[in-house]
Amino acid sequence: MVETVDESSLIAALRDGDEAAFGQLVDRYTPSMLRVARGYVPSHEIAEEVVQETWIALLKGIDKFEGRSSLRTWLFTVMINIAKARGVRERRDADAAIAAYTGGTVDPARFRGSDDPYPGHWLPDEAPSPFPDTPEGSVLGNELVEIARRELDKLPERQRIVVTLRDMLGFDSTEASELLDISMANQRVLLHRGRAAVRQVLEDYLAEKP
Amino acid sequence: MSTGPMDCNELVELVTAYLDGALDSDTQARVEAHLADCDGCANYVQQFRETVRTVGMIRDEQLDPAFRSRLLDAFKNYR
Repeated sequence: MVETVDESSLIAALRDGDEAAFGQLVDRYTPSMLRVARGYVPSHEIAEEVVQETWIALLKGIDKFEGRSSLRTWLFTVMINIAKARGVRERRDADAAIAAYTGGTVDPARFRGSDDPYPGHWLPDEAPSPFPDTPEGSVLGNELVEIARRELDKLPERQRIVVTLRDMLGFDSTEASELLDISMANQRVLLHRGRAAVRQVLEDYLAEKP
Repeated sequence: MSTGPMDCNELVELVTAYLDGALDSDTQARVEAHLADCDGCANYVQQFRETVRTVGMIRDEQLDPAFRSRLLDAFKNYR
């Protein structure tokens, strides 16, 4: 996950108009801001405009930025508001739409049926095996990260945004539900579905390996 | 909502809430009792933790240099 570091010196330098400090913050946050912005707007170009507006909003507000929230939380909060103000892809009924879906996240065929003495339990051939230990930077570890990245990009946008905020960027459940303006429970439903989809492709990939 | 022993297909839907520490105490106890007895579900939770760890290692691509210089220009124009 992205490291959180003490940013007070960078913020102080930014107040003094230090371009190098601005560059450092841009490098640190812009890629993940683009990733999240892209979930709200229909094109990469518009996502870039939204991100650019967010940085300008920070420059305008930097003298008043008191550091009560982390800079990162501030940036994502403002950015999501700017994206929504463009009126694209907003879902007023988001909570209702999330709650309406009740399907399971694991193929029901992996479990024993109702005629079995242990209905709802794993079938013997379908029980999960542990994923192997993959140190960061190992060949298999890098392959799995790449598989996960591809699946993350394919997730439905709201799942993708929640998984990105929680698991890739390390926001907690309160921050994620506030950023997305959905209930904590629904934030968790989206996160669970997204993680389950990534888990499935990792399991499939590992099963196919010789 | 059931109160008896938990089935595997119920447990797999609770893993994120379990890892967040967000289950009520009854459900938490049923999950833990089930995990103590069921290797398949214990492995499923291990897979989930590994999945979360793997997603945490995804890095975004480098910032497009053209966009980066646009942002720096915006900074100079603002100052």
